[in-house]
Amino acid sequence: MSILVDKATRLLVQGITGGEGSFHTQRCIEYGTKVVAGVTPGKGGNQILGVPVYNNVERAVAETEANASIIFVPPAFAADAIMEATDAGIPLIVCITEGIPVMDMVKVHSYLKGKSTRLIGPNCPGVISPGKCKVGIMVGEIHLPGNVGVVSRSGTLTYDVVAQLTSLGIGQSTCVGIGGDALPGSTFVDILNLFNVDNDTKAVVLVGEIGGIFEQEAAEFIKGEMTKPVVAFVAGSTAPPGKRMGHAGAIITGIAGKASEKIKALSAVGALIAPNPAEIGLTTKRVLDRIST
Amino acid sequence: MLQFGIPVPKGRVVFTPAEARAIAEEIGGKVVVKAQVYAGGRGKAGGIKMADTPEEAEKAASQLLGTRMVTHQTGAEGVAISKVLVEEASEISRELYVSVLVDSTMKLPLMMASEAGGMEIEEVAQAAPEKILKVSIDPAIGFQPFQGRKLAYGMNLTGKQVAEATRLMTNLYQLFMTKDCSLAEINPLAVTADGRLLALDAKLNFDDNALFRHKDIQELHDEEQEELLEVQARQWGINNYVKMDGNIGCMVNGAGLAMAVNDLIQYCGGSAANFLDIGTLNTTDRVVNAFRMFVADSRVRAVLVNIFGGMARVDVIARGIVEAYQQMDISFPVVVRLAGTNVDEGKRILAESGINFIEARDFYDGAHKAVQAAKGQIK
Repeated sequence: MSILVDKATRLLVQGITGGEGSFHTQRCIEYGTKVVAGVTPGKGGNQILGVPVYNNVERAVAETEANASIIFVPPAFAADAIMEATDAGIPLIVCITEGIPVMDMVKVHSYLKGKSTRLIGPNCPGVISPGKCKVGIMVGEIHLPGNVGVVSRSGTLTYDVVAQLTSLGIGQSTCVGIGGDALPGSTFVDILNLFNVDNDTKAVVLVGEIGGIFEQEAAEFIKGEMTKPVVAFVAGSTAPPGKRMGHAGAIITGIAGKASEKIKALSAVGALIAPNPAEIGLTTKRVLDRIST
Repeated sequence: MLQFGIPVPKGRVVFTPAEARAIAEEIGGKVVVKAQVYAGGRGKAGGIKMADTPEEAEKAASQLLGTRMVTHQTGAEGVAISKVLVEEASEISRELYVSVLVDSTMKLPLMMASEAGGMEIEEVAQAAPEKILKVSIDPAIGFQPFQGRKLAYGMNLTGKQVAEATRLMTNLYQLFMTKDCSLAEINPLAVTADGRLLALDAKLNFDDNALFRHKDIQELHDEEQEELLEVQARQWGINNYVKMDGNIGCMVNGAGLAMAVNDLIQYCGGSAANFLDIGTLNTTDRVVNAFRMFVADSRVRAVLVNIFGGMARVDVIARGIVEAYQQMDISFPVVVRLAGTNVDEGKRILAESGINFIEARDFYDGAHKAVQAAKGQIK
């Protein structure tokens, strides 16, 4: 098993005819993902990369039975795209778009309430279950199928973490980028919950960063519910307060937003903290060696 | 504030002590002179001065203007004070606090109110969290009068003040939504001796992601209040640049990785001169401009390039580095760690160019070598 995406995933691409949309659609297809449809309003009836393009999501779902969507729509229109996919009943939406206004996301969250759709992102690299399915923009080749779940607020730092794991022979069940925004569709807690009940996941690597209280919420969950070991790293120990560090959500505005506070919370509930970002792989290896003996 | 019907004291922003005096005369009576800077904590830092006469207002302005103010939200260098606000000093009986922000847990706008105004709300949250009242707002229906009454009575307001406070909070919420704020804060919200409510100080933070639909806010941007290097970076198309206190120039793709690189440099015993997320690029310009930044920054003793290509292609980065060497005189050692999309091509380009750089095997090796290079231990 794995979480969120696998061989049964039938992917729809919103914004498939754009530069990024078509580039990454091709990469996903090459990785083995079943891309069944694309949507670009006004371009319905065409084909791109052998994939039929529709004018709207509802029609695309009716004709192709797509059960997941990846969104490459520009920031000003991305919230609308998320709600359109939700309305069409798609159970999993992965939004790659960076730069969506916070108030637009407030509306999206309000719209998602009471519906069963799960949103990953925005401003994220997506989701990959190595060897099965890639719904994202990450480099496929660095991944290795296996039993460690990865969940992260970052993109490229996650690539480095995955490369560290793979070079040590540690495969991944699923890697989930929840994104660097202040109001992500899914939080650490949501994803830890899924990994917790996934038979193929034996341990989880959590990569947090400054800003918000997502890591503290994760710590609460680990304390109360998590039955599997968690390895953690929090980026931004050196970040100055009050400055936005690239990601919209990566800004220290209160005491809880500091890396040291997050590390303290995670450490207190038994998560193993990697001493530095280059030793996340090694720390995970130590944890795996311990549980296998 | 005025535009949204929020009562504020009479006053004006001025740039010279003489103007401060003139405005104080116009207002008549006691005035307050406040440094106008983009940072919280200015009261504690001496940025707010009382003046009984126009002469005192002039003196207070001259003490503030042209100096730099250091608060817990600025760096050690502080920010320059180029203007001050001169406004009427009201006789105040109580200081309250109200703000609107987006609650990341509820994913809804949140109105916060407190009787403990006049100090940092974070301090109140630590010392007396029960004094902070909160109501979540449904964006579909907006801020409701009952919520206003709940907060107003909670702050022990009475009589007409309750309706007045409710109207003020409704207006503050309107402002917050209309302008795509990430924070709209009135602190202190004064209750004057004669029972009126008056917003004595306010802080508005705007959502960077929403600036495209607010031309008026883009124009408010005051570059004087920013670090010179950060202004320069933006002019050169590098939007994700933050000045740090060290001497190792960093160029990284991705914000999380860029933060982690700075953390790792510190772990290795060094210190980064900047945070720089180069982003995704298809041309070499931004790489060349990043090197221009390092050359312009006299503190830089070594440079670390750490790229894990995903969307960003390593070969483009490598070509940019070579171009930078061709276009400028690079006197500091440059450590390069490359991985990811098109890495072999990138490494070949660097090797064949004949430029003098230090190759790093991996993430740790890169940071370690950059720290050594900055200390002059390797070249």
